[in-house]
Amino acid sequence: MANPLRGEVIRLYKNLLYLGREYPQGSAYFRERLKSAFMKNKDVTDPEEIKKLVARGEFVIKEIEALYFLKKYRAMKKRYYEPDK
Amino acid sequence: MSGRVLVGVKRVIDYAVKIRVKPDNTGVVTDGVKHSMNPFCEIAVEEAVKLKEKKLIKEVVAVSCGPQQAQETIRTALAMGADRGIHVEVSGKDYDTLGPLQVSKIMAALAKKEDAQLVILGKQAIDDDCNQTGQMTAALLDWPQGTFASEVAIEGDKVKVVREIDGGLETIRIKTPAVVTADLRLNTPRYATLPNIMKAKKKKIVNMKPADLGVDLTSRLEQLRVDEPPQRQAGVKVETVADLVGKLKETGRI
Repeated sequence: MANPLRGEVIRLYKNLLYLGREYPQGSAYFRERLKSAFMKNKDVTDPEEIKKLVARGEFVIKEIEALYFLKKYRAMKKRYYEPDK
Repeated sequence: MSGRVLVGVKRVIDYAVKIRVKPDNTGVVTDGVKHSMNPFCEIAVEEAVKLKEKKLIKEVVAVSCGPQQAQETIRTALAMGADRGIHVEVSGKDYDTLGPLQVSKIMAALAKKEDAQLVILGKQAIDDDCNQTGQMTAALLDWPQGTFASEVAIEGDKVKVVREIDGGLETIRIKTPAVVTADLRLNTPRYATLPNIMKAKKKKIVNMKPADLGVDLTSRLEQLRVDEPPQRQAGVKVETVADLVGKLKETGRI
């Protein structure tokens, strides 16, 4: 019954949940959406399909990391550097 | 050549938090406020880790001075790829008066003790905005300094540093051991992910006191008061273009 990919999916969920703590709209907002995104695919059983979805999750992680970096970079630039003329 | 790089990391109030000044003007509210690593220190850590990944150096040591919570900041640095941490415990009254001079004394003592080849620091912290620690560390050690680095390249026993200066860039070559301070455009710091934070728990953090390094923390500075920046003046609504032009003329804008 235990799917071999189960651990991988849970790990992905945990990593995303951790990332969501800093989400600009708040961690509660993020968690809600995260959960619904995972629940939407709860009936997927095809291992290939699950792998694809996990890969998409990994991509989302990269996107969120980039978002955080940009947000911080812009804040720093605004505070410490003259605006470009 | 020890191949060891010392990176200073500072725990500051998170950049996204709205800063509130204490009602008695003695400082800012820090209790129950989210803290994180100073963004410029993140850039410094990233640069050191990158140098290690290119095998130009052997070890990255993250150093932080402060109370117990400073260990969380060191942990973040370890999760980003530093090899080990040194926590110089400073708490209570000493922490309140801990300034760039005191920290640079600690950094200088550690750089000697650890036989560091390079000390990389953030150019400034976003809480006190001093921009002095790197310069003073270099002075205390009598080492060359490459401040506001936007590019760092190790060339044998020399370091090429491209510096951000007013209106352009300056390229210098300095001898190691040296002190480098990171500017904003040096690199893009990686995110300390959950798995890496878990792995970082196995890395060692050595705890020490300033006295172990023979550093005296007395400060000669006295902070008089801390004030909020002036409030922005409310805007005015105008009805017509003529009104707008009139107002602009009034304020001397046109």
